[in-house]
Amino acid sequence: MSVKYIDEYRDGRLAGVFAAQIAEAVHPERAYRFMEFCGGHTHAISRFGIADLLPANVRMIHGPGCPVCVLPVGRIDMAIQLARRPDVTLCTYGDLMRVPGSRGASLLKAKAAGADIRMVYSTLDALRIAEAEPSREVVFFAIGFETTTPPTALAIRRAAARGLANFSVFCNHVLTPSAIRAILESPGEAGGMRVDGFIGPSHVSTVIGTEPYDFAARTFGKPVVVTGFEPVDVMQAILMLIRQLNEGRCEVENQYVRAVTRTGNRIAQAEIAEVFEPRDSFEWRGLGEIPRSGLRLKPAYAAFDAERRFALQGITGRDNPACECGEILRGEKRPADCKLFGTACTPDTPMGACMVSSEGACAAHWTYGRFRDLARRVA
Amino acid sequence: MNALLPDGMARVTLSGVAMDISVALVEEVQVGDYVIVHVGYALARIDPEEAERTLALMQEGGVIPPSEAAEACP
Repeated sequence: MSVKYIDEYRDGRLAGVFAAQIAEAVHPERAYRFMEFCGGHTHAISRFGIADLLPANVRMIHGPGCPVCVLPVGRIDMAIQLARRPDVTLCTYGDLMRVPGSRGASLLKAKAAGADIRMVYSTLDALRIAEAEPSREVVFFAIGFETTTPPTALAIRRAAARGLANFSVFCNHVLTPSAIRAILESPGEAGGMRVDGFIGPSHVSTVIGTEPYDFAARTFGKPVVVTGFEPVDVMQAILMLIRQLNEGRCEVENQYVRAVTRTGNRIAQAEIAEVFEPRDSFEWRGLGEIPRSGLRLKPAYAAFDAERRFALQGITGRDNPACECGEILRGEKRPADCKLFGTACTPDTPMGACMVSSEGACAAHWTYGRFRDLARRVA
Repeated sequence: MNALLPDGMARVTLSGVAMDISVALVEEVQVGDYVIVHVGYALARIDPEEAERTLALMQEGGVIPPSEAAEACP
């Protein structure tokens, strides 16, 4: 099936053209380390074998932009606790179902044990359930970056407009620029590996625009190239980053001009601003507490805040001690460095969140990349 | 996008599957537009002219020219 605006950007010949340009542009005496922030890019880089098209001194480091991966175990534990209440119907995006909580718990296991947990595709599905079943307390388990936040905001505003008293949101939305800042401010950056530049997210940037990344260039001197999810987009963006470094530039450039503007989607931004405000601090798996990196509902929408409605207390969860998701999310280790990778931990039986979501570094490496490890070992 | 529906909804084809999504977060979308869909919501419209221009540049292995005046790096 051919799809316009996708197939063209998967053209192998064009990717080859960029591979040749990149090979020509790199200075052999220096290393180029680029972090793709977003899990969608991590997936694309593994799926399309982009690492194989790059010279040995150009290395891609996986970033923390996988919403399921960075959600700390304690928040999963809180969701499980909430779902076990007999009056609650918990609605969740599908990939959260298998994320391990403390002591091997998961929403999937809680559901099997009788909790009313339902997978939804959209916040509108959760609203429909709340309307159809007024006797149930319907809670939407909201996670994700600036892409999933406007849909949550819209659902809350609709619930308010319709006087839907049995709908609330367990909010775990997080902010991309805050995480990039935390990475740049962390001692040694990405576990002692200097990051020379960033591949900026595709869909997040359709919402926030390219402007919020300016600090990375202006304050930290790191180039950012916002790019699409298709392989030729990524190759073009890598060439743009290499040229910036070679020419001593550090700018925020936009490769994804067909969908992203400098100022982003004003309607979506207004939805976020209407309903949400930053928390003082929010915990990220692997990165720890990051100031002003998470969102909560504003007091005007407190009635829809599940944490207040059910007086939820924070839980400090326990990761599987052998799981190295944290190190992998910080760019300190690669998936194959983890003892559990491919043995105890596979997408069928994930031990850590990075193996659950298709955007997770471990799942992407298991599905597409492990054959390269094997080829390297044999050779 | 195949049809506009009431309540800020629209019918789209996503990987060959017909789906109803919300277009409440995007301005002025029309039948025939291509949109980026995330968790059941259109987040952006693909600009056909920019898409053509990007492809034309790609054919030559070129890059999107920097649009802003360069500043000195810190």
